[in-house]
Amino acid sequence: MTTLYGLLGAALVGIGLFGLLVRTDPLLRILAFNLMGGGIFLVFGTVARRGAGAGFAADPVPQAIILTGIVVAFAATTLAVALVVRIAAADQARDGTTDAP
Amino acid sequence: MIADALIAAAILAVALATVAARGGFTAVALFIAYGLLLAFAWVRLGAMDVALTEAAIGAGLSGALLLGAASRVARHPVTTDRPPGRAMTAAIALGCGGVAVALAAAMLLLPDPAPTLAPSVAANLGTTGLGNPVAAVLMSFRGLDTLLESAVLVVAVIAAWSLAPEGGWGGVPGPAQPVVGDGPLALLARLLPPLGILVAVHVLWIGKDAPGGKFQAAAILAAMWMLAWMAGRASPPSVRSRSLRIAVAAGPTLFITVGLLGWLTQGAFLAYPPGLALPIIMVVEVALTASIAAALALLVLGPPERRA
Repeated sequence: MTTLYGLLGAALVGIGLFGLLVRTDPLLRILAFNLMGGGIFLVFGTVARRGAGAGFAADPVPQAIILTGIVVAFAATTLAVALVVRIAAADQARDGTTDAP
Repeated sequence: MIADALIAAAILAVALATVAARGGFTAVALFIAYGLLLAFAWVRLGAMDVALTEAAIGAGLSGALLLGAASRVARHPVTTDRPPGRAMTAAIALGCGGVAVALAAAMLLLPDPAPTLAPSVAANLGTTGLGNPVAAVLMSFRGLDTLLESAVLVVAVIAAWSLAPEGGWGGVPGPAQPVVGDGPLALLARLLPPLGILVAVHVLWIGKDAPGGKFQAAAILAAMWMLAWMAGRASPPSVRSRSLRIAVAAGPTLFITVGLLGWLTQGAFLAYPPGLALPIIMVVEVALTASIAAALALLVLGPPERRA
């Protein structure tokens, strides 16, 4: 059962990497990068689950690292998204199209 | 076993659909589903703390951020390089397949019995006064990681603000939201925040003995504030606001101060005096929750771009 999620994580890394390299839309690239990140966390989570013991359902140390990882990944994603939005606005200004919300 | 197979198949299908999606909106919607399904996988892997964080941050806040970005970029798509040709795509697929197979092989060849730190955590849990082993790792055994991670959020807010367009500095972060007077959003924006704040306080407090803690509580608080903002009921303060900056930096600053005090009195950075670990940890947790909540909300809003 645990191995299944490890294999899933491996597959997600492959899928995310493929999307990151093949797609050209920056937003889709950010999504693909996050898919890959999810896969890496799952691989680590599988290792944590295999380390279950001492009354814990999984090794708490990798779990805590995954938790911090999710928050840091989110911070990186917000920065990437802010850059994309900023580039879109700059393109828009250069093309001279006015955009009244 | 059947449940695991179904969850894994659903995650795989949603991930493939995200990568293949034609438009930004479809991809983001699928990605939110991916985050929620991943939370199920975490439950099945016995990682309740991770499941809560994944659902709140990986699916919830990321979803709000990406939907907003997709709608803004859709009006004017960013022009980039041409997509790779057929032969190149096939080569990339082959390479990525190779990476996945190598990783899968590594997962199948993991050592047995698995190396684990669970017994050491169990043996030292008593020194922290906490009942939740993940919280003990976060706040005590690997406290430095958590400290650096909370500092990353402060740096990310500074970086996001520095992307302010010309004339935007000193303004209010995020696009303007008209006041919604009627409908489900207006109702939820009034109804949910009091409940959400209560739930967040609960999640923060039980985090010391059960799954929960500052990240999950902060994500809920940020989401409640975002809800009021989307309905036009709350406006973010200007990035010049001193109290806003203090709110973002207070948690990490307190954590660093506690760390330095540990170095002075106990001889090691982030060492807690025996017997006082639990109260110190809880005070830091509360301060970190407030700072992380403010940082998460500001990161979803993005750089300042309009006048206060």
